[in-house]
Amino acid sequence: MADLEQFRTETRSWLEANCPPEMREPVRGEDDIYWGGRRATFKNDAQKAWLEACIAKGYTVPMWPKEYGGAGLSAPQAKVLREEMGRINARPPLSSFGIWMLGPALLHFGTDGQKQRFLNEIARGEIRWCQGYSEPGSGSDLVSLQTFGEDKGDHWVVNGQKIWTSYADHADWIFCLVRTDKADKYQGITFMLFDMASEGVTTKPILLISGSSPFCETFFDNVAVPKSYGDDVPAYVGTINRGWDVAKYLLGHEREMISGADGGERAAAIGAMMKRHAAKLGDDLDPVLRAELAQFDVDALAYAAMGEKFLDEIKVGKAHPAQPNMMKYAGTELNKRRHELMMAVGGSRSLEWESEATEGGKPSRNWLRTKANSIEGGTSEVMLNVIAKRILDLPGA
Amino acid sequence: MPLYHNEDQAMLADTARGFIAEEGNIAKQLRHWRDRNCKDGFGHALWKQMAEMGFTGMLVEEADGGLGMGHVEAGIVLEEIGRNLTPSPFLTSSVLAATALKHGSADLKGRYLPGLIAGDSVFAVAIDETAKHRPSRITTRAEKSGNGFRLNGAKSFVIQGASADMIVVAARTSGSDEDADGITLFAVPKDAAGMSHDSVRLVDSSMATHTKFEGVELDGDAVIGEIDGGRAVLDAMLIAGRVGAAAEGVGVARGAMDMTVDYLKQRKQFGKLIGEFQALQHRASHLYSEVEIARAATIKAQQLLDGGSAHADLMASVAKAKVAKTARLAVQEGVQMHGGIGMTDEYDIGLYMKRDRALAEFLGDATFHANRVAELSGY
Repeated sequence: MADLEQFRTETRSWLEANCPPEMREPVRGEDDIYWGGRRATFKNDAQKAWLEACIAKGYTVPMWPKEYGGAGLSAPQAKVLREEMGRINARPPLSSFGIWMLGPALLHFGTDGQKQRFLNEIARGEIRWCQGYSEPGSGSDLVSLQTFGEDKGDHWVVNGQKIWTSYADHADWIFCLVRTDKADKYQGITFMLFDMASEGVTTKPILLISGSSPFCETFFDNVAVPKSYGDDVPAYVGTINRGWDVAKYLLGHEREMISGADGGERAAAIGAMMKRHAAKLGDDLDPVLRAELAQFDVDALAYAAMGEKFLDEIKVGKAHPAQPNMMKYAGTELNKRRHELMMAVGGSRSLEWESEATEGGKPSRNWLRTKANSIEGGTSEVMLNVIAKRILDLPGA
Repeated sequence: MPLYHNEDQAMLADTARGFIAEEGNIAKQLRHWRDRNCKDGFGHALWKQMAEMGFTGMLVEEADGGLGMGHVEAGIVLEEIGRNLTPSPFLTSSVLAATALKHGSADLKGRYLPGLIAGDSVFAVAIDETAKHRPSRITTRAEKSGNGFRLNGAKSFVIQGASADMIVVAARTSGSDEDADGITLFAVPKDAAGMSHDSVRLVDSSMATHTKFEGVELDGDAVIGEIDGGRAVLDAMLIAGRVGAAAEGVGVARGAMDMTVDYLKQRKQFGKLIGEFQALQHRASHLYSEVEIARAATIKAQQLLDGGSAHADLMASVAKAKVAKTARLAVQEGVQMHGGIGMTDEYDIGLYMKRDRALAEFLGDATFHANRVAELSGY
């Protein structure tokens, strides 16, 4: 405990010395988030300085081992760092699917050669990764995926199409589920890593109802993927044809992330804020809307307690392994409700799609964005299936 | 403090679960006393056994002969009481009245706590005056009379009022009906002249009274806490009671859910176990999520209360509201998924529905507490 308090003191003064004031402002737009990669540019010097300071300290990936670019922090230390960054509203220095998704997979399944190369690249923000999972015909039923890698000895020739590839048009490399054995549904998929600059890879952004295009369609037309990138650096994670194990591990990880189990804004009450918002617009909450906000706040504050309990239980291995599915289900449904209520309080003002008062239609665009919460990373219906099967042990689920 | 039970608490949970499932189960207690039209609505022998287990005085401080435990521990016992629908004076005596008596004089403690700890006494609380819980308005009046007070008024929904050896009564000693101040709590003994009970059996087979106070003369030493300063004691009692009722409600919800999920694995229709139908699976999974969340909120409220946190009041209302909604969902889905037999008296699932109804109403229902969450949050 005393050590942890000392760590807090040190962290506080390190942040004070290294986190520029501009990086303590709330994130306002997409370009306030630094995603890294070969084509990345910094919005300003502060963003660059903050990233470099964090890289040097290992704080872009604080819990990863030092040899792979992290700081080797323990879970309680990482919590202190999060709390101290939260205290001064410090922005994350680097965001990426490499940090959230591929990194954890490599830490769990990767060879030392892969970890040395890819984890360090991710930690320094040098390579931006995207995730190639869903296909037009394989959404909830992901394991039916058809993108095929034909074995050519020292390489595969990959053909097929992915969809909902987040930021594929900005990504340098892709981690991608590719069928390598058509005879075995589950044990015929390989978790491949390859360069998006390879010949035959094209991407096409998808315009969403929110007006933004965070996702792409990604096409593979005779893409040659070598099986190895050098000594102890295979081009696949885990074993050939056993990529589904890696994917399942990562899906669990993704659901934890999407579930907003870290509490944060998803679990906060909104009623008081909404009353102030209404007052600013010259309105008051009508009694029925106030009642709906009150019911929402009950659910949100109860969910916040659940988030806290879930994290506490995860730390000591007490949580049911399928519990992230429950958190994801409840958390995303709650978030959709939150934005429905915020739209209702905002009235006609919240309908504005392009206006200064709404910072470019934020309320409506954010509201629409939340509709994907209960679809991406496994739909609510899939979550309910998993709960039925793995927690309630219902027959035939 | 992590939001799960520590080792001692987990051990207590094991003990409580085994004991109450064995001695407090539906056949042995609820149905037994109901079918005999018992005037108390609960068994005194079980109350004595609960005393021997150390349950009845668990919230009483060690200096006063109790175990000095907290609301997490009381909640553990209450969850099992809820799961088994055990009719018991535990919530009113060991949580509500015991919380009030913490603020009482040494004399009052000496008079009542030993009986509670030994399982020889049962206490009730008289708060509500109308059909809905509304503790902000108290019209029962106690006027100065000699060295003591004279009590006039009427209370409703006094659980086990006719069986109680002592009733904690919230009365007005000054001010007008809606004033926050001017409340005084009294420990009214069962043989007080001028107190009369109209005893009614409720939907869940529990017994409650409409209790009248007609010129009940009370000694000054019947006062719990400060004269005119009883609101703080009443609030402390209400928060403890609400958190306790939430814990019992979690037990009701879990009991109903477990019974229903079991049934889905046994009942066949259309040549299949009905649990194979996705329409029912999704509803069961949704219910599971809600019950887990309600339970987390309840444990959080217990911990905040034990830690003396200023947020305990808000979280108590969050927990009471969330549990009320969740247990309601659990019993409704329970009866519906049981189908026709869910409507029969022979099956226990209907008893869960009845208990939920009464428990949710006690100390404020889901909308009362959602409204309270809004008020405490400033809107």
